[in-house]
Amino acid sequence: MSAGQAPTTPARTAAESRREDRVDVAPRGPLEPLPSPVFARSWLYLFGAATVGALVVIVASGLVLALKGPLWWHFTGVGRFFNSIHLWAVELFFFVIVVHLWAKFWTAAWREGRAGVWVTGAIGFLAAVPAALTGYLSQQNLDAQWLATHAKDAFNSIGAGAFFNVTNFGQMYSYHVIVLPLALAVLALAHMRLVRRHGLAPPLAVEPRDGSSNAGAPADPPHAPSTGPVA
Amino acid sequence: MAAIFDLHHHAQTVHWHFLRVPVADLVVAAAMLIVFVLAIVLPFPGARRRSGARR
Repeated sequence: MSAGQAPTTPARTAAESRREDRVDVAPRGPLEPLPSPVFARSWLYLFGAATVGALVVIVASGLVLALKGPLWWHFTGVGRFFNSIHLWAVELFFFVIVVHLWAKFWTAAWREGRAGVWVTGAIGFLAAVPAALTGYLSQQNLDAQWLATHAKDAFNSIGAGAFFNVTNFGQMYSYHVIVLPLALAVLALAHMRLVRRHGLAPPLAVEPRDGSSNAGAPADPPHAPSTGPVA
Repeated sequence: MAAIFDLHHHAQTVHWHFLRVPVADLVVAAAMLIVFVLAIVLPFPGARRRSGARR
């Protein structure tokens, strides 16, 4: 803007004005979507939601598998279909959670009081690894036995075999369907709750250098629609 | 997957010093890197139009 030029009102359509006015005054429930800031209009910010989506499919298909049992998931067409859904949802989960992890690491997403968001995400990722491992050990087939006899040496070498016996199917199945999914669900819910409380971490390029508030994304309260510039 | 790919052979691996990585794992890791780069460089639908309308 040149000197002396009068500031102009941002051009908004009537529909946008109505929607944003409604967002500003309406009370929000714990599950209601929040308006996203401008910097979140990027493919990079979708991988957290994709991880949650994959986790929901994993839990839902896993519930069906647990109810029907191994004879069903090995020897019926529908059972093998659900078994495959469960497997490929896990593959997708780890694919998108790794990209999500990279995105958050390279944008230093633990800034400005978001350490709890980072820690719950990191511990959740670490909990997801044994959750998947115990799943491979719970297949009830030769593949599971093969994996267990190889994995036991790794766990024994670090001293964990005394209380985490990968050749004990009952123990591995309990870990897979109760202990680790419960831990993962609690961590995921805490992670998402903290994201809603602190807001999305803004890109590094729009962070104010002098520590003062500016017109950029970091100055916006987490639950308000951002009007800051795109980085 | 077995209907698409011939799985009746040993897994192919890549050796580099002490590392031994299956080719399948390398392919997945490369795909993750490609998706990560694409997510950075590809424009998000509507982002340019909406940010322009606010100026």
